[in-house]
Amino acid sequence: MDFSLTKKQQMIRKITREFSEEYIAHIAEESDQNSQLDPTVMKEMKRMKYFGTCIPEEYGGAGLHDDTISFCIITEEIGRIDASWSITTGVHCSVVAYPLYIFGTEEQKQEFLIPLAKGDKIGAFCITEANAGSDAGGVETNAYLDGDEWVINGSKIFATNGGIAETLLLVVKTGEKGRRKEFTVFIVDANTPGYSVGVREDKLGVRASNTSELVFQDMRVPKENDLGGIGKGFRIGLQILDYGRILMAAQCVGLGQAAIEASIKYANERVQFGQPIGKFQGIQWKIADMGVAVECSRLLTYQAAWMCDNKLDYGMIGSMAKLKASEAAMQATHDAVQIHGAYGLMKAYAVERYFRDAKMAEIYEGTSEIQRMVIAQKLLRRGY
Amino acid sequence: MKIFTCIKQVPGISDVKIDPKTNTLIREGIPSIMNPMDKNAIELALSIKEERGAEIIAISMGPPQAENVLLEALSMGADKAYLLTDRAFAGADTLATSHALALGIKKILKDSDSNEKYMVICGTQAIDGDTAQVGPELAEDLDIPQITYVQKFELKGDDKVIAERAFRSEEIVVIETKLPVLISVLKEINTPRFPSMLGIVNAYKKKKVVFLDAEALKAEKAYIGLTGSKTEVFKIFIPERKGEHVKLTGTIEEMVKTLCQNLKEDKIF
Repeated sequence: MDFSLTKKQQMIRKITREFSEEYIAHIAEESDQNSQLDPTVMKEMKRMKYFGTCIPEEYGGAGLHDDTISFCIITEEIGRIDASWSITTGVHCSVVAYPLYIFGTEEQKQEFLIPLAKGDKIGAFCITEANAGSDAGGVETNAYLDGDEWVINGSKIFATNGGIAETLLLVVKTGEKGRRKEFTVFIVDANTPGYSVGVREDKLGVRASNTSELVFQDMRVPKENDLGGIGKGFRIGLQILDYGRILMAAQCVGLGQAAIEASIKYANERVQFGQPIGKFQGIQWKIADMGVAVECSRLLTYQAAWMCDNKLDYGMIGSMAKLKASEAAMQATHDAVQIHGAYGLMKAYAVERYFRDAKMAEIYEGTSEIQRMVIAQKLLRRGY
Repeated sequence: MKIFTCIKQVPGISDVKIDPKTNTLIREGIPSIMNPMDKNAIELALSIKEERGAEIIAISMGPPQAENVLLEALSMGADKAYLLTDRAFAGADTLATSHALALGIKKILKDSDSNEKYMVICGTQAIDGDTAQVGPELAEDLDIPQITYVQKFELKGDDKVIAERAFRSEEIVVIETKLPVLISVLKEINTPRFPSMLGIVNAYKKKKVVFLDAEALKAEKAYIGLTGSKTEVFKIFIPERKGEHVKLTGTIEEMVKTLCQNLKEDKIF
């Protein structure tokens, strides 16, 4: 057993850290307040291939499709500086570009994957609806076949990247056999007539990341645009989300890391009662607990990534990683605000933003409760 | 054409501590990085390559772990990388270092067996020693023209070189020459790119750093390492702080007036 990162992975961490500190750090607070992703950062991130991380070079990506640990490191390092960016690139790569690479036909890869991997187009994965959140089976957006086209009607909400996406993966109901519903994932070009962007949400955290409502009215999609087969949408959708969870876990590791670093610095500098507050046991215990929680998350996250790269069934470990990492990030950012006292409540201190960003992660991409359900079902069925 | 870029691995922070007993730098716990101005050198090489095509060869002398900075150079887009590493190179001053680099460049040119034109780009100086000597000494050893402190560079036609030299900021000199040439660049010349993720992946998958030892370079012991060094380090120390600093405020006229008064009062003026 070897826990060390390869030299390549170390270089990826070093460069992504330097890049994030130089390009994103100084603008993160402003982006959060204005709910805007900075265009200069966007341009550079595309050049850096952060929009094609897990896609092979021949499809315009960075060639890390067989190195999910590196993908985690990248997401973690960007998330350490600004979770709005790590969710933007993380979602784009893991639940839009990657599924196209895994399930797409060669024609679909040429038409849709290459522009995504190059960052020429942004992608969104849309499953959630007003009546279909944790219960994804409740999806009501539907499609019927009319000649050579599927006609789609309905709406999606809370779609990450929704308002800025040009290529969408859409989970749609395509049939019902008795009580069994059939779903299909469609690849949709945002320029299709009948497609429109509704409300852009104003959120608690990851505020610069775009979260939007999307509306489809008699939107006609070519017959060949199904991803992985008609009626296969539910199975494919769950597989897509399994992979995405690892990256959401990685983002939370980054948030937790940021919270600890800020707290250590503050605890060593802030003097009260004649000594740095880090000398008080009350603070020490918090720092220790934060360290343990984040390190556990990191190990679980890398384990899930390693299992994925070694073609092992990583579903349960991925859920464990997402659950642990999001709750660890919440705990660590909560403690970080507490350690900073009243300063921690102020916008001028980044821990205030980390705290809001961490709360998001306990809910999106499968709530903590859903993760516990998934983990428990697997444990009770298969044993441990 | 071939473009050699000389790279140095240096301690990561500029305010390294000095061990008062041994008068040497304390390097423990300090991460090593690529000398910042060497990144400007690579960036210039990359922009020349993008404009007219070239083979970029990164070269460094140092301990085996200096491979890391060469891998970073390869990630940025250098085509090949060579590390001159041998116990016999240890303890080298700038003269012995530049001699080893010259031998390396000559060997690579000879082995490539082509009459391609070439140039060498160095960062003006390294943040650890700050001497700015290796570039000029390397040019002398290679017996090619040199232009130091370059802030603007252009290659015209086949081999015409036009460079803006800014030794002092108020005195900019434009120099023209022909290839081959060695230039040492200032950080003002460009903004180095970060290596892309694809650049890193390909550097580790498709490229490798070639190690060359003293024997491979047919180096004579008298000219390399400690024995080949002419510099004797008399003493290294941190300058002591001799007094408090005074910060003047107000308009420029007011500050100048106060400054003159203070200088008179202190009998400096």
